[in-house]
Amino acid sequence: MTIEARFRLKRGSFTLDADLTVPAQCFTCILGPSGSGKTTLLRAIAGLTKCRDGYFRIGEYIWQEGDYYTPPHKRPLGYVFQEPSLFPHMLVKQNLEYGFKRIPALERRIKFEEAISLLGLQPFLERNSNSLSGGERQRVAIARAILTSPKLLLMDEPLASLDSESKRGIIPYLATLHTNLEIPVFYVSHSHDEIAQLADTLVFLDAGKVKKVTRITGRNTSIDLPLEPGKDNWAIIEAKVAGYDNEFNLTYADFSGGCFYIACGELPIDSPIRLRVMAGDVSLSLDFQEETSVLNIFPVYIEEISTNDAATMTVRLDLLGTPILAQITRKSAHALKLEKHKKVYAHIKNVALIH
Amino acid sequence: MLTENDISALWITFKLAGLTTLILLLLGTPLAWWLANTRNRFKTIIEAVVALPLVLPPTVLGFYFLIVLGPYGPLGKLMLLTGGHSLAFTFAGLVVGSVFYSMPFVVQPLQNAFITIGKRSMEVAATLRASPVDRFFSIALPLARPGFLTATVLGFAHTVGEFGVVLMIGGNIPGETHVLSIAIYDHVESLEYGQAHVLAGGLLVISFILLLLVYGLNRRFRIVFS
Repeated sequence: MTIEARFRLKRGSFTLDADLTVPAQCFTCILGPSGSGKTTLLRAIAGLTKCRDGYFRIGEYIWQEGDYYTPPHKRPLGYVFQEPSLFPHMLVKQNLEYGFKRIPALERRIKFEEAISLLGLQPFLERNSNSLSGGERQRVAIARAILTSPKLLLMDEPLASLDSESKRGIIPYLATLHTNLEIPVFYVSHSHDEIAQLADTLVFLDAGKVKKVTRITGRNTSIDLPLEPGKDNWAIIEAKVAGYDNEFNLTYADFSGGCFYIACGELPIDSPIRLRVMAGDVSLSLDFQEETSVLNIFPVYIEEISTNDAATMTVRLDLLGTPILAQITRKSAHALKLEKHKKVYAHIKNVALIH
Repeated sequence: MLTENDISALWITFKLAGLTTLILLLLGTPLAWWLANTRNRFKTIIEAVVALPLVLPPTVLGFYFLIVLGPYGPLGKLMLLTGGHSLAFTFAGLVVGSVFYSMPFVVQPLQNAFITIGKRSMEVAATLRASPVDRFFSIALPLARPGFLTATVLGFAHTVGEFGVVLMIGGNIPGETHVLSIAIYDHVESLEYGQAHVLAGGLLVISFILLLLVYGLNRRFRIVFS
């Protein structure tokens, strides 16, 4: 099952020329500088911006092809806009029911109570939508969208207008949403945190064109994320809780390249977790060093070295199939004579649990 | 205090204003919706035509209506040919004239109200499976409520106050086209200032209360929904 989108659209000096295929059932993050066409792409997928030269298919359902064009209200999608956009003349409950009532009972895969409890909306149902805070409103907007039991959920920076506290509250909901309800999501975002916590697939847009599609597929695999060259790079690693050390209070997390020790509190055995390793937290040595405070040391092979600026470089490492990034100085690279395919030891000073 | 003639004028005036407002709401709503949303190049022309009664002396409008609707005018001839009679100097003729005369007072508030709603709510409704007609009735109409209130009251009040158009196409036929503003004029002409005062003062007070109500209700609506 894949989702295939091709749209060509000219708006003044901007041209959208996007061609994209991603696996269905993925949480796809769409990234790119502002003005790169992220919102336009989502609007074209939704049919809100009528794109004459467009094609869209999800699984075996074609929404648009040549002259065939499904109007937005007949596309089984949910759309969450940047601003919550609740209907001001309706109570929260009426807002939630608006889309829910408009789909046939047989197509309601998501129960009303399910969405309400998932997003914690019980206390607000009888409230006027204007009396809610920004975060609460956006949660209502998300619930309203998923209550149409969409086949695809489009979210355009849904957390951009919220303060960091509200964001922290909503991100776990979004993650559960995707896993529990099995709805593919297209998610526009600028935030590294949101991407690290949610994405399976990344789509990079630039000047209306798809520059790159990278995947974080399934469990026990990972991918590097060159969001901006050299800056705040990190690798995501999918792992599984393998055990807990009661004496030192450390969690063991198995991944395809071995086992991490993480100080993150006790977690249920076998639960899937997502870890993030910042490039700046990885240092390299030529020999295995026993006497060090770093717990997570792995033999790795250098896959690729790229220069960030005059002083620093990013090294892409292969840890038995799991890519990890290290940010080092050019001086160190020179001293260690780093080169492609060379075997080194990666010292990972910090592994952060994302969820 | 009120003569039989005055009471009949009152009744005709309110019947005329009520009927005109009703017709204008039915015709003006789709027209205002179209004007608020279209990018058609004829939009500007239609907007100008709708606004004409704001700037034209009512007598000019009335004069042309008389020409068009009278027994020798194109529409009048058509009416006679199809077995009807000319609309000039009839109540129906007054209604037709008033609909045009009061049109901007209904269409413009509605158009502004529809523009104020913006596209976003309608787009959200579309992504929630509401068809265009469904969206119009479930989102646009309720959100445009202040506009409808303003349009109704302005349309009604403006029709009550019309004089020039009525005089030209309605004449002054008691029980048929003899409306309030003309009744007041007649009283003043015959130096019956007392009776003129009753009608004029009554109209003043009623109009003021109506406008007070509209602005008060619209203010509350905006506070609740902003």
